[in-house]
Amino acid sequence: MSAATALAPALPPRRSRLGLIVALLAPIALINAIGFLAPVLNLARMSFYEVEPTGAMREVYTLATWAKMVTDSFYAELIVNSVSVSLGITLLTLVCSYPIALYLHRSTGTWKTILLVLVISPLLTSAVVRTYGWIAILSDSGLVNNSLGALGLPPQRMMFNLTGVTIGLTEILMPYMILALLAGFGRLDPRIEEAASTLGAPPFTIFRRIILPLTLPGIALGCLLCFVLAVSSFITPKLLGGGRVFLLATEIYDQAIVTLNWPLAATLSILVLVIFGGALVLYTRALRAIL
Amino acid sequence: MDERPVSLTLKILAGVMFAFLLAPLIVVLPISFSGDAFMTFPPTSWSLKWYPAIFANSKMTAAFWTSLVLATVVTTISLAIALPAAYALVRLKPAGAEVLSSLFTAPLLLPTIVLGLAILIVFARLGLLATFPGLVLAHLVVTLPYALRVLTTALATLPIAVEEAASTLGASPFTVFRRITLPMMKSGLIGTTALCFLVSFDEVVLSIFMTGPRISTLPVAMYHHVEQQADPLVAALSVLLVVLSLVVVLVVDRTSGLAKTFVK
Repeated sequence: MSAATALAPALPPRRSRLGLIVALLAPIALINAIGFLAPVLNLARMSFYEVEPTGAMREVYTLATWAKMVTDSFYAELIVNSVSVSLGITLLTLVCSYPIALYLHRSTGTWKTILLVLVISPLLTSAVVRTYGWIAILSDSGLVNNSLGALGLPPQRMMFNLTGVTIGLTEILMPYMILALLAGFGRLDPRIEEAASTLGAPPFTIFRRIILPLTLPGIALGCLLCFVLAVSSFITPKLLGGGRVFLLATEIYDQAIVTLNWPLAATLSILVLVIFGGALVLYTRALRAIL
Repeated sequence: MDERPVSLTLKILAGVMFAFLLAPLIVVLPISFSGDAFMTFPPTSWSLKWYPAIFANSKMTAAFWTSLVLATVVTTISLAIALPAAYALVRLKPAGAEVLSSLFTAPLLLPTIVLGLAILIVFARLGLLATFPGLVLAHLVVTLPYALRVLTTALATLPIAVEEAASTLGASPFTVFRRITLPMMKSGLIGTTALCFLVSFDEVVLSIFMTGPRISTLPVAMYHHVEQQADPLVAALSVLLVVLSLVVVLVVDRTSGLAKTFVK
């Protein structure tokens, strides 16, 4: 029984009902239009605007900015670099998150709640705070280098390079991966593992032949989510990369705020969306192959 | 569910990864009690000076108040806008309700860096950059989808029989909503409030595009501070913020169950 028919006697006639729906949805539609639809459509248009050599923008349509993406090798490299770094970080995040997710899936009761709070609490802490924590660990006078010094080992450069960005982003993305993995672990039935174990399979074989295949949907979802977040994150690459690591997201920010080349920033943003689309297509294909 | 033995290998691996996950949050605590002028870990001396230093820093205190007022205003408006919308979509079921709700939650699919740039360009023309109303509007773009999603789920899972009974007994739709639906949605409302507040209070990327020398939010002020000098001031501030999020999480857990609110 639907709500509409059940409540029908108490509801006003059709015409004013439509009016009520419009009135209730108008505010959210208005904010969606001003803050989302109009800006995004405008962004697509902006990528075709002309930029004069002085840096001034003119409302004349041109393909110059898009042509730059193809001809200027800096941007080709930037795209390849962003995608490969994000892929690497996604894989690393998966490897680090999998044991936690599996352990969480197997624990029960209060212990499980405590562990879940521990996984979610970093998510509720600003990326700025967590990146700051990584600066404390990775900087020249940080935990790692002071420990190396105490052991009489030479200091390592762990910040303002790709190493720092990779470590920091991996940790920042882990909660998302863990939650995605957990959501996909529903098919994992302990009885199948027990059966395999009873039949004499060693633990690693059980993992490789039973646990891993059954958790592939969760893995695919987590990887999609983390890849997308890695490509678009910029707080951590900016602070831990110190302007020496060039990624799409940091370049968008620099072009938008520092250089004020909005058509270029808009074009790079649309490229990010194209990469997202590609990731989504790959994900659906992978999912079809798994299931 | 039956208790299953967890292998030692998995226990050790999970333990190591948990340590990695929590490391940046844990190191912040000792640093906040550092007596050094610069950040070193472990600190060479100890003091409590960085906590009062936060309150002496006018930039940080101004940014804190901006963030607090902003998050409160954004949360209030989010509830006021998303609750009627959720009611219309779930209970009145207009044609195309599904299309509408995916349109209204679409901003969450867009990376915030792209959304931030898109909003920057339009708001610059409207003169909304670095203004409080501009910040409110930008935050609403991301809090409303969360609010709508949690509230529609809360409404859709409510047993409709009670509402039907009240309605049959002659209560007007508004009375049914106020006296029956709203009290039964309590946990959904608390979850929405907490979520909107935390999302707005922690939002950095959109805010970084929308703030300027005249107005800044706390995460943005912290970002710019860390960019220039990573001193223990931010550690002390971080500890206060972590405590604040923990309080919110505990309140939500006590009132509506953490797992229910954050994990579907």
